[in-house]
Amino acid sequence: MATIYIDNVPYEVTAGKNLLEACLTLGFDLPYFCWHPAMGSIGACRQCAVKVYRDENDKTGKLFMSCMEQVRDNLHISIADMEAKEFRAHVIGWLMTNHPHDCAVCDEGGSCHLQDMTVMTGHNYRQYRFDKKTYVNQYLGPFLNHEMNRCIQCYRCVRYYKDYAGGKDLDVFAAHNHLYFGRHEDGVLESEFSGNLAEVCPTGVFTDKTLKQHYTRKWDLTTAPSVCHHCSLGCNIVAGERYGSLRNITNRYNGEVNGYFLCDRGRFGYEYVNSLSRIRKSLIRTQLPEATDKYKALQAAASAIKAGRVIGIGSPRASVESNFVLRTLVGENNFHHGVSDVEHDLAELALRILRTGAARTPSLKEVEKADAVFILGEDLTNTAPMLALAVRQSVRQQPLLEQVSKANIPVWQDAAVRALVQTEKGPLFIAASTNTKLDELATATFFDSPDAIARLGFAVAHFIHEESPNVNGLTEQEEALAQQIAMTLLAAENPLIISGTFSGSDRVLRASANIANALCAKEKAAGLVLTLPECNSMGLAMLGGHKLESAFEAVLNGYADTIVILENDLYRRAGTERVKQLFAAAKQVVVLDHLHHATTEQAHILLAAGAFAEADGTLVNNEGRAQRFYQVYPTTEDIQESWRWLFEIGTIVAHDQIIQWESFEDLQKAMAKEIPPLQGVLATAPPADFRMAGQKIPRAPHRFSGRTAMLANINVSEPKPPEDPDNPMTYTMEGYRGQPPSSMIPFFWAPGWNSAQATNKYQQEVGGPLRGGDPGVRLIEPDPIPEEIFSMAVPQNFQPLPDHLFILPLYHIFGSEELSAKSPAVAERIPKPYVAINSDDALRLKLEEGQSLSFSIEGIAYELPVKLNSTIPSGTAGLPIGLPAIAYTELPAWAILNKQIQWKQQHQTTF
Amino acid sequence: MEKPLTQHIVPSRKPLSLKEYEAVGGYASVRKILQELTPTEVQNLVKDSNLRGRGGAGFNTGLKWSFVPMGPDAPATKYLVANADEMEPGTFKDRVLLEGNPHQLIEGMIVAAYAIQANISYVFLRWAYKLAAKEITRAIAEAYEAGYLGKNIQGSGYNLEMHLHTGVGRYMCGEETALLNALEGKRANPRAKPPFPQVSGLYGKPTIVNNVETLCCLPHIINNGAEWFKGLSRSADAGTKLFGVSGRVKTPGCWELPMGTTIREILEDYAGGMQEGYLFRGLLPGGASTDFLVEEHLDLPMDYGSIQAAGSRMGTGTMIILDDQTCPVGFVHNLQHFFAQESCGFCTPCRDGLPWVERLLLAIDKGEGRPEDMLALEFHTKYLGPGNTFCALAPGAMEPLQSALKYFREDFEQHIVEHHCPWSTVWQPSI
Repeated sequence: MATIYIDNVPYEVTAGKNLLEACLTLGFDLPYFCWHPAMGSIGACRQCAVKVYRDENDKTGKLFMSCMEQVRDNLHISIADMEAKEFRAHVIGWLMTNHPHDCAVCDEGGSCHLQDMTVMTGHNYRQYRFDKKTYVNQYLGPFLNHEMNRCIQCYRCVRYYKDYAGGKDLDVFAAHNHLYFGRHEDGVLESEFSGNLAEVCPTGVFTDKTLKQHYTRKWDLTTAPSVCHHCSLGCNIVAGERYGSLRNITNRYNGEVNGYFLCDRGRFGYEYVNSLSRIRKSLIRTQLPEATDKYKALQAAASAIKAGRVIGIGSPRASVESNFVLRTLVGENNFHHGVSDVEHDLAELALRILRTGAARTPSLKEVEKADAVFILGEDLTNTAPMLALAVRQSVRQQPLLEQVSKANIPVWQDAAVRALVQTEKGPLFIAASTNTKLDELATATFFDSPDAIARLGFAVAHFIHEESPNVNGLTEQEEALAQQIAMTLLAAENPLIISGTFSGSDRVLRASANIANALCAKEKAAGLVLTLPECNSMGLAMLGGHKLESAFEAVLNGYADTIVILENDLYRRAGTERVKQLFAAAKQVVVLDHLHHATTEQAHILLAAGAFAEADGTLVNNEGRAQRFYQVYPTTEDIQESWRWLFEIGTIVAHDQIIQWESFEDLQKAMAKEIPPLQGVLATAPPADFRMAGQKIPRAPHRFSGRTAMLANINVSEPKPPEDPDNPMTYTMEGYRGQPPSSMIPFFWAPGWNSAQATNKYQQEVGGPLRGGDPGVRLIEPDPIPEEIFSMAVPQNFQPLPDHLFILPLYHIFGSEELSAKSPAVAERIPKPYVAINSDDALRLKLEEGQSLSFSIEGIAYELPVKLNSTIPSGTAGLPIGLPAIAYTELPAWAILNKQIQWKQQHQTTF
Repeated sequence: MEKPLTQHIVPSRKPLSLKEYEAVGGYASVRKILQELTPTEVQNLVKDSNLRGRGGAGFNTGLKWSFVPMGPDAPATKYLVANADEMEPGTFKDRVLLEGNPHQLIEGMIVAAYAIQANISYVFLRWAYKLAAKEITRAIAEAYEAGYLGKNIQGSGYNLEMHLHTGVGRYMCGEETALLNALEGKRANPRAKPPFPQVSGLYGKPTIVNNVETLCCLPHIINNGAEWFKGLSRSADAGTKLFGVSGRVKTPGCWELPMGTTIREILEDYAGGMQEGYLFRGLLPGGASTDFLVEEHLDLPMDYGSIQAAGSRMGTGTMIILDDQTCPVGFVHNLQHFFAQESCGFCTPCRDGLPWVERLLLAIDKGEGRPEDMLALEFHTKYLGPGNTFCALAPGAMEPLQSALKYFREDFEQHIVEHHCPWSTVWQPSI
């Protein structure tokens, strides 16, 4: 700690930080633009000037940029000094010389950092009396709008996009006051993290294009804390609504998880909630009209369940609560996981590895601090995007920590750090079946089949710890690489192993577990991150349940005749024929979901479930962190959370357990009692009767406008605001106006801070944890007495088969995930279907890029244009999984090449 | 009067070849340091000679070198860069040295590189100096051939590579850290100091950037010693200095004279005084980014201390003369146009303040000035000062403006009051 004097008042601050961070942490309103807590200082905007005095006797002082000054003991500064204030106001004056002053029609207005800082400096009258210059704006794709005229040249966008996120297609062009921030030409921004520009940009140059389709000012949004449902990482988000439709997703800072950023799937994948294919009313197929009200639907579902022999099929994209109520309703023995059997086994294995293994799963924040990383079988950018961004930070920071202290440069002085470190990167090894976007950062890459990746992994484990099983028959290069990786991991302080379920191989998972255990046996603080398929795959695995195949057998064997399907499209989980058989055999199918799909078509009774923004619940992310998400806006009576439907059905059928519950919390308590590992869920959020100063927490800011007018076309009397029985939040602006507990921050706002930069005010220390601790409760910790060796089963090497291709799953950030793919902006970015084959194989098969390849997997015929790939191993092919246009099949799997069709196709093309 | 730097430069003749240069004693200093002196001894000798940077800032060269990490723990790669990006308006002294005797520069660079134990060196040359580029390329090739560059120089075991890099024509590259960024292939934005290039410079490695004239002094200091170098001067600052004069004088040019020669001497004895029909009004003593001096300062000696005491800077030592038939507002506007255009655009006050100043001066010059414009000009001279901006470009730009407002204020006011430029022969009605 150090004592600094601000306007002659002593304060205790953390030594080593920069002065701007220290002042903001102390609560001072000091304006800034170019500094960003995640990106450090460069000293470009000159907005944060303060007076610095030589000592307590110096009365003149000199202006310094606080972001570039290190905190040191006995430092005397003044924020209130007239000259400093005048300079700061002039900086705004300069910045605004060419700004269009178009706040009224700017999307940023009302949540604009430039507006806030302008007001903060007191600059109000324009002194520049000459004309302004203008720019041509660019088309940047479906996610972001570009309006260069508003630019204040703070360089944050390029620093974020290029330096932080590794993007290549955004830059700063020209010089002096002709600077241009954009692409070299119009075009879709390539980075998977481009949406953060909307929050990084302090004004309205980069704004959310999806919000523009249904624009609402921040102050008119009803917002609630939520958790992203589009991958297993559980990034924290704020979801905003007006007039019953979801308007945007913004970042919700969680120091341990996503920090300041989100991926584009998380930010722009929300629009399916407003989709035309939403199920807005429950349906009973045996009656006409099919659409029905809540009560009839409840009765119909209840009688079906009462009458039948019922099994339940849960979902990895539904909350643990919804899954738990279904499990309770149908009975533990009749609860099946609504995922493919491969996925079921992999998720269970992952859970077992984390529970019995020696290594801890680090949070994303901790991943950024790893000093050596080994990725096995994962294309993180497409399967767990924010993890890829975190790995990028670890690679950037590792050399920095080593060199910067030597050169005596503070880590926050970003430009100096970049100049010193140059292109040097920390150790990163990637073993994957084909090239990934992170390869450019890798120390070494290894492209081969999942079995070969597992063998490499086992070999690495053996080199670290000789008791780990040895791998026979490795090539010399493989052996050398394994040794190199082992030595690098051993040399690191915090080595990190990343693997997961997306390769579809339990062997890869086992190999990763062996490496992590071996490192721990060598007393390294090793971390092990395992990605999981969906947002609540971990929660579902923790609940336990049978495989989907046993559900099929139960119905086909006549053990059961009624199926309750929770938020799930079974056609994405098992082969089409198999699912058809299931539905043909079932007497009653009750489906709860929010979007129409092939499975809802088969439902006899379809219950309209709330999407994530219309529901409360808990998700458990891949780290084992339980996180609460809150309902954003009230729905009509006809739409409600899946758990509420099942809870009410349980009450009607007088289920002996369910009938005892009265509230959401009773349900959670019953769950914690029955499944002790989920005990922590209770601690994720304050109870529904929680109050601050006797008041609830408002979802709308107190400037929310038009509440009395918005329904005046229907009724001029103001109805009582709807109440939320499940949590201590109101749907209006009434309630406590201070800061809520960290797990239920509906929006970041502080007096004078209307933009997302208000996050500073919610943190214990700028860039640190939220006040009261970062939200989420970790449910899984490593075994204190772990198995030293997880697996002895080293697989044989992959052997290609003649006339066959081993089809490996490939993932796409846009397209592979079910819900986001139904959002229009994301849908624009989904690639066209293809099959990727090795260039040498293509030569052998006489195929060129774009020609069709025909093959069959398990009797399903595919005919897809070929994409040549130089890294995918010979004898295998990559099939993009989950794309709307490609039929489901369980992967990896062998495919038989269909030669006739291929010949015919070629004939047709030449004809 | 000794003129060590320019003794072998004859404008009408091609520069000396390596053989010719060696014949007049060239590269003697290289042999001397390699055989007789340790790097530290070279550093100390230069420090003792009180050689101050000729690029404008006037920092003690030996002292600057002493911040470079030396010894076994120092980074293996270090760089020496010759700053030959001479773009200061009115400055053409380095050009004389570059075109006139490139081997002298190479020799000086070898001395400097040896002193900091750098193994790679660059000449960062202004793109427009085409002739210099040709001569330096030839000279570097000759030096390699003669074994003054490359591996194991003169059998000493010391290695030095030298490359010529021609810029693309940004004034900003004259700032040493922006020069380094440009050399790395990045935008020519300056870097924050600290860290100084001596610690983290080119590609993050210890680097010294020295001006051409500074480097050219080195062989002579090595050969003749620190005391001799100090003895060349007529003032506290050691050595000779290349002084230049441009403007409406009879014989504009560049001369090597003892440090401390008075302005009047330079103006009258060497530049031949004002042209017929023109009267002296003021001068910028060391390039466009220095404050005006006027009649009363003419007897000041040209050295770092005396000119600073008079409120200006000696800068590069090349003066621009303002005469009575040139409008001071137009004169300053022309300079501000240059600085505004050459701002890299990194920091706000410079990027947006200089164009504002330029527009104000243009308006005043065109007779469209308003009384409040004087206040706007004044707040710029106040707030675009050193420390408030990221580098020295904008503070340098403010120097001629703030001194013009001091010495020629009535001219500015006359423009505003009379709504036209008194020097303009064409009547410009105000809009």
